[in-house]
Amino acid sequence: MPDDRPRVATREAYGKALAALGAERSDIVVLDADLSGSTKTKQFATAFPDRFFNMGVAEANMIGTAAGLSFSGLTVFASSFAMFAAGKAFEQVRQEVALPRANVKICATHAGITTGEDGASHQVLEDIAIMRVLPEMRVIVPADGLETEQAIAAVAAVDGPCYVRLSRLKVPMFLPADYRFELGKAALLRQGKDVTLVGTGVTTYQCVLAAEQLASAGIRARVLNMATVKPIDTDALLAAARQTGAIVTVEEHQRIGGLGSAVAETVSELHPCPVVRLGMNDRFGESGPGDKLLEHFGLSAPSIARAATDLLTRLGRGPDA
Amino acid sequence: MIATNLDRNAPQQPDPQELAAIAKELRADVLKMLNLAGSGHPGGSLGMADVFTTLWFGGHMHVDPSKPDWADRDRFVLSNGHICPILYAILARQGYFARDELWTLRQLGSSLQGHPDFHFTKGVDCCTGSLGNGVSVGLGMAMAARVQGRDYRVYVGSSDGESQEGQVWEMATAAAHHKVDNLTLMVDWNGIQIDGYTKDVMDVRDLATKFEAFGWHAQTVDGHDIGALNDALNTAKTVQGRPQVLLCRTVLGKPISFMENQPKYHGVAPSDEELAAALVELGAS
Repeated sequence: MPDDRPRVATREAYGKALAALGAERSDIVVLDADLSGSTKTKQFATAFPDRFFNMGVAEANMIGTAAGLSFSGLTVFASSFAMFAAGKAFEQVRQEVALPRANVKICATHAGITTGEDGASHQVLEDIAIMRVLPEMRVIVPADGLETEQAIAAVAAVDGPCYVRLSRLKVPMFLPADYRFELGKAALLRQGKDVTLVGTGVTTYQCVLAAEQLASAGIRARVLNMATVKPIDTDALLAAARQTGAIVTVEEHQRIGGLGSAVAETVSELHPCPVVRLGMNDRFGESGPGDKLLEHFGLSAPSIARAATDLLTRLGRGPDA
Repeated sequence: MIATNLDRNAPQQPDPQELAAIAKELRADVLKMLNLAGSGHPGGSLGMADVFTTLWFGGHMHVDPSKPDWADRDRFVLSNGHICPILYAILARQGYFARDELWTLRQLGSSLQGHPDFHFTKGVDCCTGSLGNGVSVGLGMAMAARVQGRDYRVYVGSSDGESQEGQVWEMATAAAHHKVDNLTLMVDWNGIQIDGYTKDVMDVRDLATKFEAFGWHAQTVDGHDIGALNDALNTAKTVQGRPQVLLCRTVLGKPISFMENQPKYHGVAPSDEELAAALVELGAS
């Protein structure tokens, strides 16, 4: 059944939220590296030209400059494609944002496989891993437009480094109107006792669809939206491990080091249970439409439902048990 | 030096002999610190002593050591953070912390880290050490003054070796493009880096021509002529619409005879014997 809710990319919601924030607060400064049309910071730039600086195609310098601006009490948003903001400028992020605890919000768009047609060079699949390993860094991956707007307001309200991972793929505004993003908390989108599906960013919507498919097969899947990958919500994961005993994580990122790793690390210490990690299997992506790539690499709802069913079968709790 | 003159751009006329005496004492502190630490970088710390003494004790830095977080203070970023012993000696003498702390450099629990870190040390304005990074932080600090309507200046220490980092030129491009004129870069141009002479390792060619091509106001100055350095700092403050660079021709290790121009002393601390000999040469105790 087609989803007729409005489809919005999280980068678009970011642009809107940033402009709104700029109107509320005069301490908000935005930097971009020649991608303001794509990252959607242009909306802010047009409204507040004195507080926007285009730093050109030079991400390393942009990150250092962002830190310097923040040390005078400004709240600085720095945007580029995630490949460059997290990848090319990793060392600057570590040395000048994380180590000094700079009040810099790195809002990185075009993350993951759903970046689509630009292909492997632009589909960063390692950024969650390299950002979450940094001390002081919070890692946030909103699932839809509504959550993005709330997450941007939330990161602006806390002091210190944040990495916000945003996507190019348009996804339905599927979260309910009364949804409330809370930094560091997973959102329980669907209750269930058989298995827990954990999504982050665009994969959360796929988890919701997968849970519906599983329900028709009699499997009651819990769905957690792990919009904050770091600090991760240990309470929600502990409850999921105890109450469902089986977890499937889904991310448009390498299976190594991302959401799945964070969940497995947590669960293995607190209440070990099987964790199946869906993601990119130690390989790079390729060109294609974002939604087709999700399907191709096994990250869409049918693949998630199949992985959950297989896991339960392996545990002797499958549909035929 | 506590700000007493509200006209920040007024030319300063310090007594060069008085500054030379201060620089000598700072050099002695640097040598003692490094000897006690057993590791660290004496060459650039000694070589830039006259440059930074002129900046900090010549009345150019508008700071108040009793208020390290004063919003309108001038900022100092040591982007080639490995020569922090000279910065620490300056900060102690300015009164940010007790001179006795100098003798704890690089030890566990010390307020003086191997590379500058503002979480540990009063008077340090950021975290530096990875070459190429600090210059960008300095640029951001200078831009913040514009956003906030403040009139402070930002001084950034750098080096010819550091200018091999591409990020320095990203910064140089952006600073000129955004017409950041409250930013003065002070480059230690001693022709030596850790692996040897710069002309052999990676020739950086004429830095003055390069910075001018990037749109900067560039002055090449004898890094041991305090009068000339002071004039250059006064001139930099008059420049509008462009960032400024002082390319300081220095001698690594100056004035210790056995250290001068020896790449080894980029990053090797003086032994007890070397310290004793160096202090005799300095005429310090």
